[in-house]
Amino acid sequence: MSNKSLYGEQIIYLSKHPKNFRVIENAQYICEGANPLCGDRVTVYVNVSDDDTLEDVAFQGTGCAICMASASMMTTSVKGKKRAEAEQLFEEFHRLVKGELDPAREPHHLGKLTMFENVSHYPVRVKCASLPWHALRNALENKHSASTE
Amino acid sequence: MTAHAVLATPSTFDAAALRADFPTLQRTINGHPLVYLDNAATSQKPRVVIDRMNRFYTEEYSTVRRSIHLLSAKATQAYEQTRHLVAQLINAPEARQIIFTKGTTEGINLVAHGYGRKFVGKGDEIIISATEHHANIVPWQMLCEEKGAHLRVIPVDDRGELILEAYEKLLTDRTKLVAVGHISNALGTIHPVEEIIRLAHAQGVPVLVDGAQAAPHMPVDVQALDCDFYVFSGHKTYGPTGVGILYGKTAWLEQMNPFLGGGDMIETVTFEKTTYAPIPHKFEAGTPAIAEVIGLGTAIEYLRQVGLEAIAAYEHQLLEQATERLLAIPGVRIIGTASRKAAIISFVVDGIHPHDIGTLLDQEGIAIRAGHHCAQPVMARYGVPATARVSFAFYNLPSEIEALGAAIEKAIAVFAL
Repeated sequence: MSNKSLYGEQIIYLSKHPKNFRVIENAQYICEGANPLCGDRVTVYVNVSDDDTLEDVAFQGTGCAICMASASMMTTSVKGKKRAEAEQLFEEFHRLVKGELDPAREPHHLGKLTMFENVSHYPVRVKCASLPWHALRNALENKHSASTE
Repeated sequence: MTAHAVLATPSTFDAAALRADFPTLQRTINGHPLVYLDNAATSQKPRVVIDRMNRFYTEEYSTVRRSIHLLSAKATQAYEQTRHLVAQLINAPEARQIIFTKGTTEGINLVAHGYGRKFVGKGDEIIISATEHHANIVPWQMLCEEKGAHLRVIPVDDRGELILEAYEKLLTDRTKLVAVGHISNALGTIHPVEEIIRLAHAQGVPVLVDGAQAAPHMPVDVQALDCDFYVFSGHKTYGPTGVGILYGKTAWLEQMNPFLGGGDMIETVTFEKTTYAPIPHKFEAGTPAIAEVIGLGTAIEYLRQVGLEAIAAYEHQLLEQATERLLAIPGVRIIGTASRKAAIISFVVDGIHPHDIGTLLDQEGIAIRAGHHCAQPVMARYGVPATARVSFAFYNLPSEIEALGAAIEKAIAVFAL
Protein backbone atom coordinates (compact mmCIF):
# COMPACT_ATOMS: atom_id res chain seq x y z
CA MET A 1 0.00 0.00 0.00
CA SER A 2 1.16 3.54 -0.69
CA ASN A 3 2.80 5.70 1.98
CA LYS A 4 -0.38 7.79 1.86
CA SER A 5 -2.31 4.84 3.23
CA LEU A 6 -5.02 5.74 5.68
CA TYR A 7 -4.58 2.62 7.73
CA GLY A 8 -1.36 2.52 9.69
CA GLU A 9 -0.89 -0.52 11.90
CA GLN A 10 -1.34 1.57 15.05
CA ILE A 11 -4.66 2.90 13.80
CA ILE A 12 -5.94 -0.58 13.01
CA TYR A 13 -4.69 -1.91 16.34
CA LEU A 14 -6.34 0.91 18.33
CA SER A 15 -9.58 0.55 16.41
CA LYS A 16 -9.77 -3.03 17.62
CA HIS A 17 -8.39 -2.43 21.11
CA PRO A 18 -9.37 1.14 21.98
CA LYS A 19 -8.13 2.64 25.25
CA ASN A 20 -10.60 4.18 27.71
CA PHE A 21 -13.53 2.48 26.00
CA ARG A 22 -15.87 2.62 28.96
CA VAL A 23 -18.57 4.64 30.68
CA ILE A 24 -17.62 7.00 33.50
CA GLU A 25 -20.45 6.67 36.00
CA ASN A 26 -21.83 10.05 37.07
CA ALA A 27 -19.40 11.86 34.79
CA GLN A 28 -19.41 15.64 35.13
CA TYR A 29 -19.63 16.10 31.38
CA ILE A 30 -21.22 13.80 28.81
CA CYS A 31 -21.70 14.48 25.12
CA GLU A 32 -22.96 12.22 22.37
CA GLY A 33 -21.33 13.05 19.06
CA ALA A 34 -22.91 11.87 15.81
CA ASN A 35 -22.03 12.03 12.17
CA PRO A 36 -25.54 12.06 10.67
CA LEU A 37 -24.41 11.25 7.14
CA CYS A 38 -22.56 8.06 8.01
CA GLY A 39 -24.10 7.03 11.33
CA ASP A 40 -20.93 7.09 13.48
CA ARG A 41 -21.73 7.70 17.15
CA VAL A 42 -19.33 8.49 19.97
CA THR A 43 -20.31 9.35 23.54
CA VAL A 44 -17.56 11.12 25.46
CA TYR A 45 -17.39 11.22 29.26
CA VAL A 46 -15.18 13.73 31.10
CA ASN A 47 -14.35 14.53 34.72
CA VAL A 48 -12.52 17.79 35.36
CA SER A 49 -10.78 18.64 38.65
CA ASP A 50 -10.99 21.95 40.50
CA ASP A 51 -7.75 23.13 38.89
CA ASP A 52 -9.22 22.55 35.39
CA THR A 53 -7.33 19.32 34.72
CA LEU A 54 -9.08 16.64 32.64
CA GLU A 55 -8.76 13.92 35.26
CA ASP A 56 -10.59 11.22 33.40
CA VAL A 57 -11.76 10.94 29.80
CA ALA A 58 -13.49 7.91 28.30
CA PHE A 59 -15.75 7.07 25.40
CA GLN A 60 -18.14 4.52 24.00
CA GLY A 61 -19.70 4.20 20.59
CA THR A 62 -19.63 2.68 17.14
CA GLY A 63 -17.89 3.84 14.04
CA CYS A 64 -15.21 3.16 11.49
CA ALA A 65 -11.61 2.34 12.34
CA ILE A 66 -10.53 5.96 11.93
CA CYS A 67 -13.24 7.18 14.30
CA MET A 68 -12.59 4.51 16.94
CA ALA A 69 -8.80 4.92 16.83
CA SER A 70 -9.15 8.70 16.94
CA ALA A 71 -11.47 8.49 19.95
CA SER A 72 -8.97 6.25 21.73
CA MET A 73 -6.05 8.56 20.97
CA MET A 74 -8.10 11.60 21.93
CA THR A 75 -8.74 10.19 25.41
CA THR A 76 -5.11 9.28 26.04
CA SER A 77 -3.83 12.57 24.61
CA VAL A 78 -5.96 14.92 26.69
CA LYS A 79 -6.07 12.99 29.94
CA GLY A 80 -4.11 14.94 32.57
CA LYS A 81 -4.07 18.09 30.46
CA LYS A 82 -5.70 21.40 31.32
CA ARG A 83 -8.81 22.48 29.44
CA ALA A 84 -6.88 25.11 27.49
CA GLU A 85 -4.23 22.56 26.49
CA ALA A 86 -6.90 20.13 25.29
CA GLU A 87 -8.52 22.90 23.30
CA GLN A 88 -5.19 23.76 21.66
CA LEU A 89 -4.57 20.11 20.86
CA PHE A 90 -7.94 19.85 19.09
CA GLU A 91 -7.09 22.95 17.09
CA GLU A 92 -3.78 21.44 16.00
CA PHE A 93 -5.34 18.03 15.33
CA HIS A 94 -8.09 19.53 13.24
CA ARG A 95 -5.55 21.40 11.13
CA LEU A 96 -3.48 18.20 10.81
CA VAL A 97 -6.33 16.09 9.41
CA LYS A 98 -7.42 18.91 7.10
CA GLY A 99 -3.88 19.11 5.71
CA GLU A 100 -3.29 22.62 7.08
CA LEU A 101 -0.58 21.64 9.55
CA ASP A 102 2.56 19.89 8.35
CA PRO A 103 4.02 18.24 11.44
CA ALA A 104 7.47 18.12 9.81
CA ARG A 105 7.58 21.88 9.31
CA GLU A 106 5.62 23.44 12.15
CA PRO A 107 6.03 23.14 15.90
CA HIS A 108 3.15 21.30 17.49
CA HIS A 109 2.07 19.31 20.53
CA LEU A 110 0.51 16.40 18.65
CA GLY A 111 2.87 13.61 19.66
CA LYS A 112 1.49 10.24 18.52
CA LEU A 113 -1.58 11.97 17.10
CA THR A 114 0.48 12.49 13.94
CA MET A 115 -0.49 8.89 13.06
CA PHE A 116 -3.63 10.53 11.60
CA GLU A 117 -1.64 12.71 9.20
CA ASN A 118 -2.74 10.75 6.12
CA VAL A 119 -6.41 11.43 6.84
CA SER A 120 -5.75 14.73 5.04
CA HIS A 121 -5.47 12.76 1.77
CA TYR A 122 -9.00 11.43 2.30
CA PRO A 123 -11.22 14.52 2.64
CA VAL A 124 -14.39 12.48 3.18
CA ARG A 125 -12.81 10.84 6.23
CA VAL A 126 -11.85 14.06 8.08
CA LYS A 127 -15.20 13.94 9.88
CA CYS A 128 -14.48 10.41 11.11
CA ALA A 129 -11.26 11.52 12.78
CA SER A 130 -12.61 14.77 14.23
CA LEU A 131 -15.96 13.49 15.58
CA PRO A 132 -14.59 12.42 19.00
CA TRP A 133 -12.88 15.78 19.40
CA HIS A 134 -16.05 17.69 18.58
CA ALA A 135 -17.80 15.59 21.20
CA LEU A 136 -15.07 16.37 23.75
CA ARG A 137 -15.24 20.10 23.07
CA ASN A 138 -19.03 20.16 23.35
CA ALA A 139 -18.90 18.05 26.51
CA LEU A 140 -16.58 20.59 28.12
CA GLU A 141 -18.97 23.35 27.06
CA ASN A 142 -21.71 21.39 28.83
CA LYS A 143 -23.55 20.64 25.59
CA HIS A 144 -24.99 17.17 25.40
CA SER A 145 -24.75 16.53 21.69
CA ALA A 146 -22.32 17.26 18.89
CA SER A 147 -22.61 16.84 15.16
CA THR A 148 -20.04 16.97 12.41
CA GLU A 149 -22.63 18.65 10.18
CA MET B 1 -26.77 6.51 -32.06
CA THR B 2 -23.49 4.91 -31.24
CA ALA B 3 -25.11 2.42 -28.91
CA HIS B 4 -23.97 -1.08 -29.63
CA ALA B 5 -27.41 -2.49 -29.90
CA VAL B 6 -27.57 -6.18 -29.47
CA LEU B 7 -30.53 -8.47 -29.83
CA ALA B 8 -29.54 -9.85 -26.55
CA THR B 9 -30.26 -12.99 -24.75
CA PRO B 10 -28.22 -13.19 -21.53
CA SER B 11 -25.58 -15.39 -23.07
CA THR B 12 -24.95 -13.05 -25.99
CA PHE B 13 -25.24 -9.80 -24.04
CA ASP B 14 -22.09 -7.86 -24.88
CA ALA B 15 -21.45 -5.75 -21.80
CA ALA B 16 -17.80 -5.25 -22.75
CA ALA B 17 -18.84 -3.59 -26.02
CA LEU B 18 -21.48 -1.44 -24.32
CA ARG B 19 -18.87 -0.16 -21.84
CA ALA B 20 -17.13 1.62 -24.69
CA ASP B 21 -20.14 3.96 -24.86
CA PHE B 22 -19.41 5.30 -21.34
CA PRO B 23 -16.45 7.73 -21.14
CA THR B 24 -16.14 7.62 -17.35
CA LEU B 25 -15.74 3.85 -17.40
CA GLN B 26 -12.54 4.26 -19.42
CA ARG B 27 -10.66 6.02 -16.65
CA THR B 28 -8.47 4.76 -13.83
CA ILE B 29 -8.85 5.45 -10.10
CA ASN B 30 -5.83 5.25 -7.80
CA GLY B 31 -3.90 3.52 -10.56
CA HIS B 32 -6.56 0.87 -11.23
CA PRO B 33 -9.24 0.66 -13.90
CA LEU B 34 -12.46 2.08 -12.46
CA VAL B 35 -14.83 -0.62 -11.25
CA TYR B 36 -18.06 1.32 -10.80
CA LEU B 37 -20.43 -0.51 -8.46
CA ASP B 38 -22.43 2.43 -7.11
CA ASN B 39 -25.17 2.38 -9.72
CA ALA B 40 -28.00 2.45 -7.20
CA ALA B 41 -26.74 5.89 -6.15
CA THR B 42 -26.30 7.14 -9.69
CA SER B 43 -25.38 5.67 -13.06
CA GLN B 44 -22.73 6.71 -15.56
CA LYS B 45 -23.70 8.49 -18.76
CA PRO B 46 -23.28 7.17 -22.29
CA ARG B 47 -21.49 9.45 -24.74
CA VAL B 48 -24.69 9.96 -26.77
CA VAL B 49 -26.37 11.65 -23.79
CA ILE B 50 -23.42 13.96 -23.13
CA ASP B 51 -23.15 14.79 -26.84
CA ARG B 52 -26.87 15.45 -27.18
CA MET B 53 -26.84 17.92 -24.29
CA ASN B 54 -23.72 19.63 -25.66
CA ARG B 55 -25.35 19.91 -29.07
CA PHE B 56 -28.44 21.43 -27.54
CA TYR B 57 -26.38 24.01 -25.66
CA THR B 58 -24.03 24.80 -28.54
CA GLU B 59 -26.43 24.76 -31.49
CA GLU B 60 -30.06 24.63 -30.44
CA TYR B 61 -30.40 26.36 -27.11
CA SER B 62 -33.61 28.19 -26.37
CA THR B 63 -36.49 28.08 -23.95
CA VAL B 64 -39.60 25.97 -24.34
CA ARG B 65 -43.27 26.81 -24.83
CA ARG B 66 -42.95 30.56 -24.40
CA SER B 67 -41.53 32.06 -27.53
CA ILE B 68 -42.58 31.87 -31.15
CA HIS B 69 -39.14 31.86 -32.76
CA LEU B 70 -37.71 28.84 -34.52
CA LEU B 71 -35.20 27.82 -31.84
CA SER B 72 -37.89 27.78 -29.19
CA ALA B 73 -40.22 25.77 -31.40
CA LYS B 74 -37.44 23.20 -31.98
CA ALA B 75 -36.52 23.08 -28.29
CA THR B 76 -40.17 22.58 -27.38
CA GLN B 77 -40.40 19.75 -29.89
CA ALA B 78 -37.30 18.01 -28.49
CA TYR B 79 -38.48 18.55 -24.93
CA GLU B 80 -41.93 17.13 -25.64
CA GLN B 81 -40.40 14.24 -27.56
CA THR B 82 -38.88 13.02 -24.27
CA ARG B 83 -42.36 12.97 -22.76
CA HIS B 84 -43.46 10.60 -25.52
CA LEU B 85 -40.35 8.43 -25.09
CA VAL B 86 -40.96 8.14 -21.34
CA ALA B 87 -44.62 7.29 -21.93
CA GLN B 88 -43.54 4.51 -24.30
CA LEU B 89 -40.85 3.30 -21.89
CA ILE B 90 -43.29 2.71 -19.05
CA ASN B 91 -46.35 2.11 -21.26
CA ALA B 92 -48.29 5.13 -20.03
CA PRO B 93 -51.59 5.55 -21.93
CA GLU B 94 -50.89 9.20 -22.80
CA ALA B 95 -47.82 11.45 -22.83
CA ARG B 96 -49.66 14.14 -20.84
CA GLN B 97 -49.59 11.77 -17.85
CA ILE B 98 -45.80 12.20 -17.72
CA ILE B 99 -44.72 15.10 -15.49
CA PHE B 100 -41.12 16.27 -15.50
CA THR B 101 -39.74 16.77 -12.00
CA LYS B 102 -36.30 17.33 -10.52
CA GLY B 103 -36.05 13.69 -9.53
CA THR B 104 -37.72 10.92 -7.56
CA THR B 105 -37.68 12.97 -4.35
CA GLU B 106 -39.51 15.86 -5.98
CA GLY B 107 -42.00 13.48 -7.60
CA ILE B 108 -42.95 12.04 -4.20
CA ASN B 109 -43.13 15.49 -2.65
CA LEU B 110 -45.34 16.63 -5.54
CA VAL B 111 -47.81 13.83 -4.79
CA ALA B 112 -47.62 14.47 -1.04
CA HIS B 113 -48.49 18.09 -1.75
CA GLY B 114 -50.89 17.80 -4.66
CA TYR B 115 -52.75 14.68 -3.59
CA GLY B 116 -51.94 14.53 0.12
CA ARG B 117 -52.87 18.05 1.11
CA LYS B 118 -56.13 17.77 -0.79
CA PHE B 119 -57.29 14.28 0.13
CA VAL B 120 -55.64 13.41 3.47
CA GLY B 121 -57.22 14.68 6.66
CA LYS B 122 -57.12 14.26 10.43
CA GLY B 123 -57.05 10.66 11.56
CA ASP B 124 -56.41 9.35 8.04
CA GLU B 125 -53.57 6.92 7.38
CA ILE B 126 -50.80 6.53 4.83
CA ILE B 127 -49.05 3.19 4.43
CA ILE B 128 -45.38 2.88 3.49
CA SER B 129 -43.00 -0.06 3.95
CA ALA B 130 -40.17 -0.72 6.38
CA THR B 131 -37.58 -0.72 3.60
CA GLU B 132 -38.26 2.72 2.12
CA HIS B 133 -35.66 5.28 1.17
CA HIS B 134 -35.90 8.45 3.26
CA ALA B 135 -37.41 10.13 0.17
CA ASN B 136 -40.47 7.90 0.55
CA ILE B 137 -40.71 8.38 4.32
CA VAL B 138 -40.08 12.02 5.16
CA PRO B 139 -42.60 13.69 2.77
CA TRP B 140 -45.35 11.49 4.25
CA GLN B 141 -44.25 12.24 7.81
CA MET B 142 -44.38 15.95 7.02
CA LEU B 143 -47.86 15.54 5.55
CA CYS B 144 -49.06 13.49 8.53
CA GLU B 145 -47.74 16.07 10.93
CA GLU B 146 -49.49 18.87 9.09
CA LYS B 147 -52.81 17.04 8.79
CA GLY B 148 -52.92 15.05 12.01
CA ALA B 149 -52.78 11.86 9.94
CA HIS B 150 -50.83 8.70 10.79
CA LEU B 151 -48.08 6.78 9.05
CA ARG B 152 -48.40 2.99 9.02
CA VAL B 153 -45.48 0.75 8.08
CA ILE B 154 -45.58 -2.65 6.37
CA PRO B 155 -43.09 -4.78 8.32
CA VAL B 156 -40.27 -6.71 6.68
CA ASP B 157 -39.02 -10.20 7.55
CA ASP B 158 -35.44 -11.28 8.22
CA ARG B 159 -34.78 -11.96 4.54
CA GLY B 160 -35.96 -8.51 3.48
CA GLU B 161 -39.40 -9.47 2.18
CA LEU B 162 -42.47 -7.41 3.05
CA ILE B 163 -45.01 -9.24 5.20
CA LEU B 164 -48.20 -9.02 3.14
CA GLU B 165 -50.47 -10.54 5.82
CA ALA B 166 -49.56 -7.58 8.05
CA TYR B 167 -50.10 -5.19 5.15
CA GLU B 168 -53.63 -6.50 4.60
CA LYS B 169 -54.44 -5.75 8.22
CA LEU B 170 -53.08 -2.20 7.88
CA LEU B 171 -55.44 -1.42 4.98
CA THR B 172 -58.60 0.13 6.44
CA ASP B 173 -61.20 2.70 5.51
CA ARG B 174 -58.87 5.30 7.03
CA THR B 175 -56.10 4.49 4.53
CA LYS B 176 -55.77 7.29 1.97
CA LEU B 177 -52.61 6.21 0.12
CA VAL B 178 -50.06 3.41 -0.09
CA ALA B 179 -46.51 4.48 -1.09
CA VAL B 180 -43.94 1.71 -1.64
CA GLY B 181 -40.66 1.23 -3.39
CA HIS B 182 -40.61 -1.06 -6.41
CA ILE B 183 -37.12 -2.21 -5.39
CA SER B 184 -35.45 -1.56 -2.02
CA ASN B 185 -32.31 0.52 -2.55
CA ALA B 186 -30.77 -0.81 0.65
CA LEU B 187 -31.58 -4.53 0.35
CA GLY B 188 -32.29 -5.09 -3.33
CA THR B 189 -35.65 -6.76 -2.67
CA ILE B 190 -38.08 -6.56 -5.57
CA HIS B 191 -41.31 -5.84 -3.74
CA PRO B 192 -44.54 -7.58 -4.82
CA VAL B 193 -46.02 -4.28 -5.99
CA GLU B 194 -48.63 -6.02 -8.19
CA GLU B 195 -50.11 -7.69 -5.10
CA ILE B 196 -49.72 -4.55 -2.99
CA ILE B 197 -51.61 -2.53 -5.62
CA ARG B 198 -54.32 -5.18 -6.06
CA LEU B 199 -55.01 -5.29 -2.32
CA ALA B 200 -55.06 -1.49 -2.02
CA HIS B 201 -57.40 -1.09 -4.97
CA ALA B 202 -59.76 -3.66 -3.48
CA GLN B 203 -60.22 -1.07 -0.70
CA GLY B 204 -60.34 1.85 -3.14
CA VAL B 205 -56.92 3.13 -2.04
CA PRO B 206 -54.49 4.62 -4.60
CA VAL B 207 -50.84 3.49 -4.72
CA LEU B 208 -47.63 5.38 -5.46
CA VAL B 209 -44.66 3.25 -6.55
CA ASP B 210 -41.14 4.62 -6.07
CA GLY B 211 -39.42 3.17 -9.12
CA ALA B 212 -36.03 4.84 -8.70
CA GLN B 213 -34.24 1.48 -8.55
CA ALA B 214 -36.52 -0.34 -10.99
CA ALA B 215 -37.03 1.82 -14.08
CA PRO B 216 -33.33 1.67 -15.12
CA HIS B 217 -33.04 -2.09 -14.61
CA MET B 218 -36.22 -3.86 -15.68
CA PRO B 219 -39.22 -3.38 -17.97
CA VAL B 220 -41.92 -1.33 -16.23
CA ASP B 221 -45.51 -1.28 -17.44
CA VAL B 222 -47.61 1.16 -15.42
CA GLN B 223 -50.83 -0.09 -17.02
CA ALA B 224 -50.10 -3.71 -16.16
CA LEU B 225 -49.15 -2.66 -12.63
CA ASP B 226 -52.24 -0.44 -12.48
CA CYS B 227 -50.36 1.89 -10.10
CA ASP B 228 -51.82 5.35 -9.58
CA PHE B 229 -48.43 7.08 -9.47
CA TYR B 230 -44.96 5.96 -10.55
CA VAL B 231 -41.82 8.02 -9.94
CA PHE B 232 -38.19 7.65 -10.96
CA SER B 233 -35.01 9.65 -11.58
CA GLY B 234 -33.18 10.54 -14.78
CA HIS B 235 -29.73 10.32 -13.26
CA LYS B 236 -30.09 6.66 -12.26
CA THR B 237 -31.43 5.92 -15.74
CA TYR B 238 -28.19 6.82 -17.58
CA GLY B 239 -29.52 10.34 -18.06
CA PRO B 240 -28.60 13.71 -16.53
CA THR B 241 -29.06 14.90 -12.97
CA GLY B 242 -31.83 17.38 -12.20
CA VAL B 243 -34.62 15.62 -14.05
CA GLY B 244 -37.06 12.96 -12.96
CA ILE B 245 -40.42 11.53 -13.91
CA LEU B 246 -43.80 11.39 -12.26
CA TYR B 247 -46.44 9.29 -14.00
CA GLY B 248 -49.98 9.60 -12.70
CA LYS B 249 -53.42 8.42 -13.63
CA THR B 250 -55.20 11.25 -15.42
CA ALA B 251 -58.13 11.39 -13.01
CA TRP B 252 -55.79 11.97 -10.05
CA LEU B 253 -53.52 14.43 -11.83
CA GLU B 254 -56.50 16.51 -12.90
CA GLN B 255 -57.93 16.63 -9.37
CA MET B 256 -54.62 17.40 -7.67
CA ASN B 257 -53.43 20.82 -6.58
CA PRO B 258 -50.45 22.26 -8.45
CA PHE B 259 -47.10 21.91 -6.64
CA LEU B 260 -45.38 25.16 -7.55
CA GLY B 261 -47.11 28.29 -8.75
CA GLY B 262 -45.61 30.47 -11.44
CA GLY B 263 -45.11 30.82 -15.16
CA ASP B 264 -46.11 28.08 -17.58
CA MET B 265 -48.56 26.37 -15.24
CA ILE B 266 -51.38 28.85 -15.76
CA GLU B 267 -54.27 29.29 -18.14
CA THR B 268 -55.17 32.88 -17.21
CA VAL B 269 -53.95 35.06 -14.40
CA THR B 270 -55.68 38.11 -12.91
CA PHE B 271 -55.04 39.46 -9.45
CA GLU B 272 -58.38 38.01 -8.39
CA LYS B 273 -57.90 34.45 -9.62
CA THR B 274 -55.66 32.18 -11.61
CA THR B 275 -56.89 29.21 -13.56
CA TYR B 276 -54.40 26.45 -14.10
CA ALA B 277 -53.12 24.96 -17.30
CA PRO B 278 -54.19 21.40 -18.16
CA ILE B 279 -51.85 18.52 -17.27
CA PRO B 280 -48.93 18.06 -17.60
CA HIS B 281 -48.14 21.79 -17.62
CA LYS B 282 -50.11 22.44 -14.42
CA PHE B 283 -47.22 20.74 -12.62
CA GLU B 284 -44.33 22.29 -14.52
CA ALA B 285 -44.06 25.87 -13.30
CA GLY B 286 -41.06 27.92 -14.34
CA THR B 287 -38.41 27.25 -16.93
CA PRO B 288 -37.72 23.52 -16.70
CA ALA B 289 -34.43 21.61 -16.99
CA ILE B 290 -34.65 21.71 -20.77
CA ALA B 291 -31.23 20.31 -21.69
CA GLU B 292 -31.60 17.62 -19.05
CA VAL B 293 -35.03 16.57 -20.29
CA ILE B 294 -33.68 16.34 -23.84
CA GLY B 295 -30.65 14.38 -22.57
CA LEU B 296 -32.97 12.03 -20.73
CA GLY B 297 -34.79 11.39 -23.99
CA THR B 298 -31.53 10.27 -25.56
CA ALA B 299 -30.77 8.07 -22.53
CA ILE B 300 -34.15 6.38 -22.91
CA GLU B 301 -33.59 5.78 -26.62
CA TYR B 302 -30.23 4.25 -25.73
CA LEU B 303 -31.78 2.08 -23.02
CA ARG B 304 -34.47 0.83 -25.39
CA GLN B 305 -31.85 -0.11 -27.96
CA VAL B 306 -29.95 -2.15 -25.39
CA GLY B 307 -33.26 -3.59 -24.21
CA LEU B 308 -34.56 -3.71 -20.67
CA GLU B 309 -35.48 -7.41 -20.84
CA ALA B 310 -31.90 -8.22 -21.76
CA ILE B 311 -30.54 -5.83 -19.12
CA ALA B 312 -32.66 -7.44 -16.40
CA ALA B 313 -31.54 -10.93 -17.41
CA TYR B 314 -27.86 -9.96 -17.61
CA GLU B 315 -27.91 -8.07 -14.30
CA HIS B 316 -29.52 -11.08 -12.66
CA GLN B 317 -26.53 -13.15 -13.77
CA LEU B 318 -24.24 -10.54 -12.18
CA LEU B 319 -26.30 -10.71 -8.97
CA GLU B 320 -25.96 -14.49 -8.77
CA GLN B 321 -22.24 -14.44 -9.51
CA ALA B 322 -21.54 -11.63 -7.03
CA THR B 323 -23.65 -13.25 -4.31
CA GLU B 324 -21.73 -16.48 -4.71
CA ARG B 325 -18.35 -14.70 -4.75
CA LEU B 326 -19.10 -12.66 -1.62
CA LEU B 327 -20.45 -15.63 0.32
CA ALA B 328 -17.24 -17.51 -0.45
CA ILE B 329 -15.30 -14.98 1.66
CA PRO B 330 -15.19 -15.93 5.36
CA GLY B 331 -16.61 -13.14 7.54
CA VAL B 332 -18.85 -11.63 4.84
CA ARG B 333 -22.56 -11.55 5.57
CA ILE B 334 -25.20 -10.39 3.08
CA ILE B 335 -28.05 -8.27 4.47
CA GLY B 336 -31.15 -8.91 2.37
CA THR B 337 -31.68 -12.40 1.00
CA ALA B 338 -35.13 -12.09 -0.53
CA SER B 339 -36.12 -14.60 -3.19
CA ARG B 340 -36.68 -11.83 -5.76
CA LYS B 341 -33.80 -9.38 -5.84
CA ALA B 342 -32.39 -6.76 -8.16
CA ALA B 343 -28.60 -6.54 -8.63
CA ILE B 344 -28.03 -4.72 -5.35
CA ILE B 345 -26.12 -6.41 -2.52
CA SER B 346 -25.74 -4.95 0.98
CA PHE B 347 -23.12 -6.69 3.07
CA VAL B 348 -21.05 -6.42 6.22
CA VAL B 349 -17.63 -7.85 6.98
CA ASP B 350 -16.81 -9.12 10.48
CA GLY B 351 -14.58 -6.67 12.32
CA ILE B 352 -14.35 -4.07 9.56
CA HIS B 353 -16.62 -1.05 9.41
CA PRO B 354 -18.31 -0.47 6.02
CA HIS B 355 -16.58 2.91 5.64
CA ASP B 356 -13.20 1.26 5.98
CA ILE B 357 -14.24 -1.32 3.38
CA GLY B 358 -15.31 1.58 1.17
CA THR B 359 -11.97 3.37 1.47
CA LEU B 360 -9.89 0.20 1.02
CA LEU B 361 -11.89 -0.76 -2.08
CA ASP B 362 -11.54 2.77 -3.45
CA GLN B 363 -7.77 2.34 -3.21
CA GLU B 364 -8.23 -0.57 -5.63
CA GLY B 365 -10.32 1.58 -7.98
CA ILE B 366 -13.61 0.02 -6.87
CA ALA B 367 -16.42 2.49 -6.17
CA ILE B 368 -19.08 1.24 -3.77
CA ARG B 369 -21.45 2.87 -1.29
CA ALA B 370 -20.91 2.57 2.45
CA GLY B 371 -23.34 3.94 4.98
CA HIS B 372 -27.03 3.82 5.76
CA HIS B 373 -28.11 4.38 2.12
CA CYS B 374 -30.70 6.98 3.17
CA ALA B 375 -32.58 4.11 4.79
CA GLN B 376 -31.82 4.38 8.50
CA PRO B 377 -34.94 2.41 9.56
CA VAL B 378 -33.68 -0.52 7.46
CA MET B 379 -30.31 -0.43 9.19
CA ALA B 380 -32.06 -0.38 12.57
CA ARG B 381 -34.26 -3.33 11.53
CA TYR B 382 -31.22 -5.49 10.79
CA GLY B 383 -29.20 -4.23 13.76
CA VAL B 384 -26.32 -2.74 11.78
CA PRO B 385 -25.19 0.90 11.86
CA ALA B 386 -24.29 0.79 8.19
CA THR B 387 -23.55 -1.61 5.36
CA ALA B 388 -21.33 -1.74 2.33
CA ARG B 389 -23.39 -1.89 -0.85
CA VAL B 390 -22.51 -2.93 -4.36
CA SER B 391 -25.05 -2.20 -7.09
CA PHE B 392 -24.67 -3.26 -10.70
CA ALA B 393 -25.54 -1.94 -14.12
CA PHE B 394 -25.53 -3.64 -17.52
CA TYR B 395 -22.03 -2.30 -18.20
CA ASN B 396 -20.49 -4.22 -15.31
CA LEU B 397 -18.46 -7.33 -16.08
CA PRO B 398 -17.92 -10.69 -14.41
CA SER B 399 -14.21 -9.77 -14.16
CA GLU B 400 -15.19 -6.78 -12.01
CA ILE B 401 -16.92 -9.10 -9.57
CA GLU B 402 -13.68 -11.03 -9.27
CA ALA B 403 -11.80 -7.75 -8.66
CA LEU B 404 -14.36 -6.90 -5.96
CA GLY B 405 -13.90 -10.26 -4.25
CA ALA B 406 -10.11 -9.98 -4.34
CA ALA B 407 -10.22 -6.42 -2.95
CA ILE B 408 -12.45 -7.46 -0.05
CA GLU B 409 -10.05 -10.31 0.74
CA LYS B 410 -7.18 -7.81 0.67
CA ALA B 411 -9.07 -5.47 3.01
CA ILE B 412 -9.61 -8.33 5.43
CA ALA B 413 -5.88 -9.07 5.30
CA VAL B 414 -5.06 -5.39 6.07
CA PHE B 415 -7.26 -5.54 9.16
CA ALA B 416 -6.02 -8.96 10.31
CA LEU B 417 -3.45 -7.66 12.79
